[in-house]
Amino acid sequence: MPVYNARIIVTLRSSILDPEGTAIEHALHELTFTTCTDVRVGKYITMNIEAESEENARTIVDQACQKLLANQVMEDYTYSLDEAAREPA
Amino acid sequence: MKFGIVVFPGSNCDHDAYHVAKHIAGQEAVFLWHKTTDLEGVDAIILPGGFSYGDYLRAGAIARFSPIMKEIVRFAKAGGPVLGICNGFQILLESGLLPGALLRNESLNFVCKYVHIRVENTDSIFTRSLSRGQILRIPIAHGEGNYYADEETIRELEGNNLVVFRYSTDAGEVTRACNPNGSVNNIAGITHPTLNVLGMMPHPERCAEDILGSSDGLGIFQSLIRWYRSSAANAAKEEQCLET
Repeated sequence: MPVYNARIIVTLRSSILDPEGTAIEHALHELTFTTCTDVRVGKYITMNIEAESEENARTIVDQACQKLLANQVMEDYTYSLDEAAREPA
Repeated sequence: MKFGIVVFPGSNCDHDAYHVAKHIAGQEAVFLWHKTTDLEGVDAIILPGGFSYGDYLRAGAIARFSPIMKEIVRFAKAGGPVLGICNGFQILLESGLLPGALLRNESLNFVCKYVHIRVENTDSIFTRSLSRGQILRIPIAHGEGNYYADEETIRELEGNNLVVFRYSTDAGEVTRACNPNGSVNNIAGITHPTLNVLGMMPHPERCAEDILGSSDGLGIFQSLIRWYRSSAANAAKEEQCLET
């Protein structure tokens, strides 16, 4: 069965203030990176999924995000997914 | 009355809760390891504070999947009292027994100090020995205690009087300055419409005897005992115990 690699990003919902992102933005501005705005901090999670098809793999990732990886009261998630490169024989 | 105190890997207020239930309130108390599914016939459950599973992923997110949690959800749905303190509150939210979420403190700091909270609801089975408007002096110790829920949920909580405690001044004024973590409407604790589940960030088990500087937390334990005794079936059970 093919193996898919998912790279998941979980961030606070845009409607929620992200004080960590705000603090980092202030530091960036101190460093004269004044054109950097809207800094948000999140979590990065990767995992491999064995699935019959990409569609199945996506269903599994969505369920995993909704049930555990993101708390949808306060967080949003996005992810990208590719078929994992096979180990050289 | 028999208290069950759940122990997760990383719980660190479990012994305090046990001490208050057993030695201060004079009740029976047992520890319940998170792997068990046997609640040992307890009359009330306490989910104590701490850092269950090292707060991995999110505070309370992993503890929620411990085997005992399924039993606790069943226990709560059958009307059994469940008190979640600090990390226990976070677990109650993650498990869906209470609505909302706890964000990182607005200041990003871990806040450990005494605060004042105002009692808003005396119908819950945890606050019946307290009076509405009473001010409790009680410690907090958390990094993620910033209560958040969407507007509709907040409206429901406020409209149905489900906010049990609010951060206030010692005179009972609810101000921005006395909000230690940024919680919506200074919310420090909420209950379920069935009034048998309470989640709160402050630590009543750390202030239940005068030697510790405040005994204001004892009222929550006393309320539970009062609830227990007021139930006719329980009163009969207790009498039977005394006779034998």
